[in-house]
Amino acid sequence: MKAKHQRLVLIVLALIALIGAGLLASYALRNQASYFYLPEQMAENPPEPGQAVRLGGMVEPGSLEKLPDGITVTFAVTGRENSRIPVRFAGILPDLFVEGSGVVAEGRLDAGGTFVADNLLAKHDENYVPRELEGMSEHQAAEMAEETTVGLE
Amino acid sequence: MIAELGHAALWMAAALAVLQLGAGALGIRVGEGAGIAVLSRPAAILQGALAAFAFGALLWVFAITDLSVKLVAANSHSMKPMVFKLSGAWGNHEGSMLLWVTVMALAGALIAAVERRLPERTMQATLAAQGFVALGFYAFLLLSSNPLERLPIPAAEGQGLNPLLQDIGLAFHPPTLYFGYVGLSVAFSFAVGAMLTRSVTPDFARAMRPWVLGAWVLLTLGITAGSYWAYYELGWGGWWFWDPVENASLMPWLAATALLHSVSVLASRDALRVWTIMLGVIAFSMSMLGTFLVRSGVLTSVHAFAVDPERGSFILALLAIYIGGALLLFALRANSISEGERFSVASREGALVFNNVMLSAILAVVLLGTLYPLLTEAFDVRVSVGPPYFNPVSAIFALPMLAVMAVGPLLRWRRDSFGRISKELALIAALIVAGLIFFALFEGVAILPLMGLALAIALGVASFLPLRGRNIRRLPISVWGMIVAHFGIAVALFGMASESAFSNEKLAALEVGQSTQVGPWEVKLDSIAPVAGPNWTAIEGRMLASYKGGAPAEIAPQSRNFWAPPQQTTESVLLTRWNGQLYAVMGSEADDGRWQLRLWWKPFVTLIWYGGMLMALGGVLAIIGRVRRDLKRRSIRRKIDGRRADMEDLR
Repeated sequence: MKAKHQRLVLIVLALIALIGAGLLASYALRNQASYFYLPEQMAENPPEPGQAVRLGGMVEPGSLEKLPDGITVTFAVTGRENSRIPVRFAGILPDLFVEGSGVVAEGRLDAGGTFVADNLLAKHDENYVPRELEGMSEHQAAEMAEETTVGLE
Repeated sequence: MIAELGHAALWMAAALAVLQLGAGALGIRVGEGAGIAVLSRPAAILQGALAAFAFGALLWVFAITDLSVKLVAANSHSMKPMVFKLSGAWGNHEGSMLLWVTVMALAGALIAAVERRLPERTMQATLAAQGFVALGFYAFLLLSSNPLERLPIPAAEGQGLNPLLQDIGLAFHPPTLYFGYVGLSVAFSFAVGAMLTRSVTPDFARAMRPWVLGAWVLLTLGITAGSYWAYYELGWGGWWFWDPVENASLMPWLAATALLHSVSVLASRDALRVWTIMLGVIAFSMSMLGTFLVRSGVLTSVHAFAVDPERGSFILALLAIYIGGALLLFALRANSISEGERFSVASREGALVFNNVMLSAILAVVLLGTLYPLLTEAFDVRVSVGPPYFNPVSAIFALPMLAVMAVGPLLRWRRDSFGRISKELALIAALIVAGLIFFALFEGVAILPLMGLALAIALGVASFLPLRGRNIRRLPISVWGMIVAHFGIAVALFGMASESAFSNEKLAALEVGQSTQVGPWEVKLDSIAPVAGPNWTAIEGRMLASYKGGAPAEIAPQSRNFWAPPQQTTESVLLTRWNGQLYAVMGSEADDGRWQLRLWWKPFVTLIWYGGMLMALGGVLAIIGRVRRDLKRRSIRRKIDGRRADMEDLR
């Protein structure tokens, strides 16, 4: 094999591998990416029960309840237009999880319409607002910004 | 006064970067030795000193908590422990950018001071590229985010640093990663310099190699430390979340790993020239992209701090200029760089090419998965991509790569045959099969962890096979480096696979005096007590943990309250044994007086980070070996030159 040919073969092989990776990735992304839902979207057009999705919204004030087993909590996540999704979570609440604050829950919807969360992502920084919550109404966004931002005088 | 001096130093450093760029450009045009071009080296050295002075000034105002400086008032507090006051200097946006440019300037100064292998013209072009990259960051700091800006009226007290950042691991892992990123920027400058003067030679690869190795070592350490930090500080018991911020550090690491291997091929065999240059450009692109993702907040992340979308667009603009420019240059010059030596598929180079292609494929997969949410958002669809995508898709490329990694070091350079190493191949294959059968006997082990465990065993043994039949005492240090680094990968892989295959988890609510089981452990809640620290108070759960009925050890996870800023954190406890870790997190009190407790037993989980450290150690050994060999080569050359001169004198 001449140097030129070898170079060509290498380039072709590398391209095939990279294109293969790209195709495989896009195929997997279409199938496996867990989709993000706002409460109103989930209420309107719920995902299949059991499908892994994310739900993001505000923890409804006054909705947090501890169940008698001592490890499970329930609360409701709200968004715009009075939509409301009940959530159940067994585990230790994240440090910055408070009522009236933003949360992203990872988990799945059960047959009864309750969102069973495996994981809760609350903000980790006083300035951090989950990016997914940016679509909320201005009033809520302003409220949240006020609560979550510590600014300088 | 110190702050103003620092600011002035920053302006002068920026001016020197302009000089460096101009001198280099002139050097390329007119040829070496042309007037102003000789200023490249001194300019680079002085620029490094001035940037270091500016960063020193920032450290100083943080150390004395000078509350008339805006950045200090926003990120520090007079009551913080000294180490966190200092780390506060780079635990924010402006400070971290200043750290970046300082390290970059110091790297430029170091090259200017010691590098003598490259032709002077290439050196000037490299320093010009370095000055050009640094200039963007200076502009950024001086025009839009001056870290040393004063407040009109000094603040009475600082805002404090996020408690999650008040952790010794976090104080040092971001700068470690940064140093790695900057090392890649040096590699980038070398690549651009070599492209500009069309001198892609083994000498160029030898000059670039220690920087790539150094960057790789620091990235490896930074990722390892970051993973451990997330593991114990977030209290989720996980060590890798495929979070955009983590991916942002993984992508440059993948590119640097590929570059590291192709640079070796170029240095010792003079092959893969174009590919190496390309990787040099890509590796730095990935570190810029990582900075952009982390700093701009365009993607949701659990550990992105100091986020600012407006500054994100500045970084994006820099990214476009540098990478676009480099790729354009690459397109113009790639044709005139010939590919160098040939080699056969069954050779060390062949294996390394395979490794490079697989690493690039993994990089593509991670990049697509990380950016996918951004792409879909353009169509107003919100998506988050997680482990169900990343784990299997990256494994498809990682597993064959790891298998070839076991074989590659056994092959000879240039031309070899698999027949020659058939015994070793049979051993590796037998180990994989035996591992698969052995670990399949355990119940409920999923397919990926199973393959990971088997491959880890085979790779662990195979990494020492290159020692066979060689005199161990005379083996070059850099070969030891390779062996240790490859063994480190096997160790880390075993830890990862074992953690995902064999972890036990238990969630319980316990009254004082009650106990619960997790895996082989029995944990008893002994008492609940209030405790206080320098800037926090906490409730501590004192527990007795006993392994298989043995003597109990005391563990005490806390739930902490910080008051500046007011925030609650959980302090998990890790009980380390040779065969794994018990991980305990305490939650809040239930209404009936029981306490939430989350426990994990994670067999061999610590191997993940020991493996990472071994990999970094391997990299350090490789640097030592290479530098020593280069020094030796240099002194021999000097001796020969000296003799030749003597001979001529005699004549």
